[in-house]
Amino acid sequence: METLLNVNNLVTSFRTAKEKIQAVRGVSFSVDKGETLCIVGESGCGKSITTLSIMGLLPDNGEISEGSITFQGQELTKKKEEEMRRHRGNDISMIFQEPMTALNPVFTVGYQIMEPLNLHTNLGKNEKRKRAVELLNQVGLSNPEKTLKKYPHELSGGMRQRVMIAISLACNPSLLIADEPTTALDVTIQAQILDLIDDLKEKMGMGVLMVTHDMGVVAEVADRVMVMYAGNVVETGTVKEVFENPSHPYTKGLLASVPNVDEEDHSLEAIPGTLPNLNEKIAGCRFHPRCPYAMDKCRKEDPPHFRITDQQQSKCWLHEEVPSHESTHKAYS
Amino acid sequence: MVGLIANRFLQLVLLLFGISFLVFMSMHFAPGDPATIIGGPTATESDLAAIRAELGLNDPVLLQYFDYIRGVVQGDLGYSFQNNQSVSEAIATRFPQTLNLAIASMVVAILIGVPAGIISAIKQNSWFDVSSTTIALAGISIPNFWLGAMLILVFSVQLQWLPVGGLNAPFWSIEGMKQLILPAITLGTASAAMIARMSRSAMLEVIRADYIRTAKAKGVKRNAVVWIHALRNAMIPVITVIGLNFGFLLGGTIITEQVFAINGVGRLMIDAIAARDFPVVQGTVLLVATLFVVVNLLVDIIYAFIDPRISYD
Ligand SMILES: Nc1ncnc2c1ncn2[C@@H]1O[C@H](COP(=O)(O)OP(=O)(O)OP(=O)(O)O)[C@@H](O)[C@H]1O
Ligand code: SF4
Ligand SMILES: [Mg+2]
Repeated sequence: METLLNVNNLVTSFRTAKEKIQAVRGVSFSVDKGETLCIVGESGCGKSITTLSIMGLLPDNGEISEGSITFQGQELTKKKEEEMRRHRGNDISMIFQEPMTALNPVFTVGYQIMEPLNLHTNLGKNEKRKRAVELLNQVGLSNPEKTLKKYPHELSGGMRQRVMIAISLACNPSLLIADEPTTALDVTIQAQILDLIDDLKEKMGMGVLMVTHDMGVVAEVADRVMVMYAGNVVETGTVKEVFENPSHPYTKGLLASVPNVDEEDHSLEAIPGTLPNLNEKIAGCRFHPRCPYAMDKCRKEDPPHFRITDQQQSKCWLHEEVPSHESTHKAYS
Repeated sequence: MVGLIANRFLQLVLLLFGISFLVFMSMHFAPGDPATIIGGPTATESDLAAIRAELGLNDPVLLQYFDYIRGVVQGDLGYSFQNNQSVSEAIATRFPQTLNLAIASMVVAILIGVPAGIISAIKQNSWFDVSSTTIALAGISIPNFWLGAMLILVFSVQLQWLPVGGLNAPFWSIEGMKQLILPAITLGTASAAMIARMSRSAMLEVIRADYIRTAKAKGVKRNAVVWIHALRNAMIPVITVIGLNFGFLLGGTIITEQVFAINGVGRLMIDAIAARDFPVVQGTVLLVATLFVVVNLLVDIIYAFIDPRISYD
């Protein structure tokens, strides 16, 4: 498969009153055409900041301090604001968690769907209208002509998220970034929206980068998974690999703490302790204070990524001895 | 919308009844006898009695009030105790000056307040923000009469660019505009400051909203994000402040008209109070109350235009 997005050693930091803190600490991954990569990890581990770094939409006090992001072979981190703007909503688009507040309350759905077409295409007025109707049909909203004239407050949460998806698809993006697109929706609507994203991905051959902290969502839509902890990627692999043979202790805890896919609250009680503060200095593996397997070495040296299979990697000393593609992680589970 | 207007009309009628009653009673029981003022220092006791009888001041106060209201309902605001001029006529000749002044001040307040507040918000903590926030604080605290006097000293007396006072040339003429500038700034400054503060805080809240992030993610240009996506949302609370300020401005015209020797309704009211000229006081108070309700109705209508979530059906 053709690589669409390649993120290499991304470091994103924030200036605060006191110091400079790193929210993303050397993250590398790639997304292929037609593939869905899920980023999982508990709240505050840097998932959203990773996606916002790609979009070039970091908060004012944030910056990419190291690393590269290439999209279709072009380096994004060196682009000027105006060049990045031409990508946004065009070939890279993004949907967010809060469907209730993500649409502008004072503009009609029609205006908001046609806006990316105004910005990124030369379509005439009627063509834009036609495209908007087509998009609303595509995301499964009945009566598109009428919906175009409606205001967001006249739609339900699920319908608004469909509108958001329609907006993000307006210019046929190659890469769709979805930051917890279904977290705020109830379970049946959630399943419908995930199906929709999956369907559209198949039809349009997009790459999808989806952030979630819900392992159920991962199981449903992902081809590959990337697990983040405290600004680091700790494990990557195919869904099958990660679910069947989780190799990193954090991933194991994450999977063990999923009580029931259909339950709202996936608390991480299986992993005692909390995420360290961004400014906390931790020698060695950043997970060691919470890791049941922690060894002396873990407290001194930060582990690199060890390759377990073709696709699976783990940032953990437990996998040091693994010579090649042979997996020994079962010994620890 | 029709329901809203009907509702406001009813509100206006009740308000006018209440206000006229209060004003009537307080004028009646306040010290000072209109007859002595009308009769002058040479009037004898019998002269005064004749004047009182003529004005109906000997009737029971409630009867006087109902007589008055009967007239008002028929469009008759009564006649001035001082010169027998019809009150409606007196107001009609003074009102244009006051309205010009109030509108000009509002325009000054909006044209300065809204952009200043918005630029402050999008450049939060910049030198612009810091100085405009400081000036706004000062603007709210400066008393009108002092500001007016200072402006006259500098621009009329020292520099001689603008007239010292008066407002009699038509407002569209150069002379009329020159006459209007200083009073409008005097009266508009405090409102500009309040509008700036409200615009700033509303804008600060709006630019953090999720839909602003959505707009950026669509590739909307930076300026368009502010002036298209954010502005209309931020204006919703600002409109309320503008409406309230209009009422406040009407009150402020009283002092400003004194400072700039403008023959408006404010001066009419002050003179009438001094002369215990009850009908004129009543008439001007009712006018101000009516304006206040009308402005609030306008604000509600504007609301419905900028915020689709509001409907009055
Ligand atoms: N503007 C900012 N200034 C300083 N720190 C920030 C800023 N924005 C985010 N952070 C910090 O960066 C870290 C990563 O945040 P991020 O939003 O990526 O978390 P997340 O993994 O998306 O969590 P969630 O699941 O809650 O959305 C957090 O610790 C957060 O507090
Ligand atoms: S490196 Fe050590 S502390 Fe870190 S996850 Fe692996 S075993 Fe645990
Ligand atoms: Mg997030």
